[in-house]
Amino acid sequence: MTTVALKPATMAQALTRALRDAMAADPSVHVMGEDVGTLGGVFRVTDGLAKEFGEDRCTDTPLAEAGILGTAVGMAMYGLRPVVEMQFDAFAYPAFEQLVSHVSRMRNRTRGAMPLPITIRIPYGGGIGGVEHHSDSSEAYYMATPGLHVVTPATVADAYGLLRASIASDDPVVFFEPKRLYWSKDSWNPEEPQKVEPIGRAVVRRAGRRATLITYGPSVPVCLEAAEAARAEGWDLEVVDLRSLVPFDDETVTASVRRTGRAVVVHESTGFGGPGGEIAARVTERCFHYLEAPVLRVAGFDIPYPPPMLERHHLPGVDRILDAVGRLQWEAGS
Amino acid sequence: MTVMEQRGAYRPTPPPAWQPRTDPAPLLPDALPYRVLGTEAAAKADPELLRLLHAQLVRGRRYNAQATALTKQGRLAVYPSSTGQEACQVAAALVLEERDWLFPSYRDTLAVVARGVDPVEALTLLRGDWHTGYDPYAHRVAPLSTPLATQLPHAVGLAHAARLKGDDVVALALVGDGGTSEGDFHEAMNFAAVWQAPVVFLVQNNGFAISVPLDKQTAAPSLAHKAVGYGMPGRLVDGNDAAAVHEVLGDAVRHARAGGGPTLIEAVTYRMDAHTNADDATRYRGDAEVEAWRDHDPILLLERELTERGLLDEDGIRAARDDAEAMAADLRARMNQDPPLDPMDLFAHVYAQPTTQLLEQETQVQAELDAEAAGPEGAGR
Repeated sequence: MTTVALKPATMAQALTRALRDAMAADPSVHVMGEDVGTLGGVFRVTDGLAKEFGEDRCTDTPLAEAGILGTAVGMAMYGLRPVVEMQFDAFAYPAFEQLVSHVSRMRNRTRGAMPLPITIRIPYGGGIGGVEHHSDSSEAYYMATPGLHVVTPATVADAYGLLRASIASDDPVVFFEPKRLYWSKDSWNPEEPQKVEPIGRAVVRRAGRRATLITYGPSVPVCLEAAEAARAEGWDLEVVDLRSLVPFDDETVTASVRRTGRAVVVHESTGFGGPGGEIAARVTERCFHYLEAPVLRVAGFDIPYPPPMLERHHLPGVDRILDAVGRLQWEAGS
Repeated sequence: MTVMEQRGAYRPTPPPAWQPRTDPAPLLPDALPYRVLGTEAAAKADPELLRLLHAQLVRGRRYNAQATALTKQGRLAVYPSSTGQEACQVAAALVLEERDWLFPSYRDTLAVVARGVDPVEALTLLRGDWHTGYDPYAHRVAPLSTPLATQLPHAVGLAHAARLKGDDVVALALVGDGGTSEGDFHEAMNFAAVWQAPVVFLVQNNGFAISVPLDKQTAAPSLAHKAVGYGMPGRLVDGNDAAAVHEVLGDAVRHARAGGGPTLIEAVTYRMDAHTNADDATRYRGDAEVEAWRDHDPILLLERELTERGLLDEDGIRAARDDAEAMAADLRARMNQDPPLDPMDLFAHVYAQPTTQLLEQETQVQAELDAEAAGPEGAGR
């Protein structure tokens, strides 16, 4: 396989590379969605794939999300491995019935006879100045649907490694791409041998002793920034990047919170009914006697996603995270 | 050039990007449902095929009656009967080659059985011991789809995938008149036509979506006319004329297999029973309407044709009924056995590998089962 230098390597480029490598390695991998062919996707993640693999492997579909996912189900039934692009978080909703009623259940419905290895890529989250319907964090809906894996990278290397693992998975994976991080770069080098990351394992992004920030996707860099700022104030914070909401890595999260005794869950999704409630409950159930304070949440407010000129008031930022850390009952305990 | 300057030279032209597309005329369905039985076309029909269709219709009618009886005995949770629609059910199964795929809805267990799936396995969903009882790959029959029309895009995707792989496979998808109002119906039609997928859509227009009649469902000239808007041919057929349904379906399957793309077929039929055993049809339709359809019964139409032409006699009819009785007796006997149930199945197939959370929940249920098995004395509290 030829290696093409992609410099500077952004998360979007790592995702492109993952798709390309998966398509080259396995002829059953098919990319499909709106504008993914000739245009290369509105975020250019599928750039060049139609040219390299042909329009039968990277297909511009009609503009109909239920149809895209519904036909992908049939393709998977016949042994293909579709990778579906939903153009934006809020544009994935028309496909919700196919996802909930069929994609998530087909393996279970058929006692394992008919698995559906479909990857559903959804650009999600805010912070890019998008107008209404372009900035939702919809992961809680999918987390609440048994049979789906829900995965989201926060680093360029994970974007590659987790997308390869998702495409290789025999279970359907909802792959949330933090669109705010599409243009982010880190030390990922496309010319080095690439690593496929296992689905279902969280990682400690930053080790710390005083409290754990539990987060994922677009909020990971924000939490790392908050941890850096906290150090100046004498707080040594750990940051756990979940990477996979389903399966949930209780082991890594529990071990971290038992070490630190305090935890704040951070995400853009709404707080009420959002992932943080589940995570806080799980932490409390497993770490009760280790906790010095209740698990707090810093989440998006319980409002429809705001217009772009107001979104900075909605998104969890460094100050709001540090504020929550400050409320972890330091006076009462250690 | 300004508008004033070009005035003298101005000639109306079509919008620049506009080009004529598909000619709709050849796609239009006939004005009347196509019929074979009782018409001149019947003479061309293969007598062997007609006898086979007859035997299958009689068997299908008995199957519907037996399954309905099983609901009354508490052996099935629910049964949506296809009594009156047997011609569509049987023809759908018979037109397909082994390598083809059938995509049924919940009312189509008879088509599934006629395709070769074990009747007990076909009824698993409706008995309630699991969601699907058969391996879809064994007979190339997708699981019965309960959410309306959602199986149609699956059929399109499968047919498309087969074509991409160079396989000579056709998908036949079944849907009802109510299902044509769903968005998935529209999206499936559109994808099928754009991709020229080898798929055939059979709409069984049985008059009602539970209680709602067709005139509250659509203002289309016919459901078959909907095909034209997608650029595929629409065919209208008498759904109680087994020979006609078989012929029209067969033509569409051959057309798809030859690379001609999809066809939408509307079969005009009637749901003789209520929606399910739990429904009361007297609340929304009168006896006179139902009685009119008794004279247009699919078995009656075919038996009349066969006996008038000397292709079937009393012995032949008796043989078909005996065969159906034997099938029903076997089904009854097997459905009267309690199905094996394993609560551990609840966790076994959610994912390829159960998550740690599911393993914990499985352990919990196992402990509950162990405590139940030990009885009150064995329990620790």
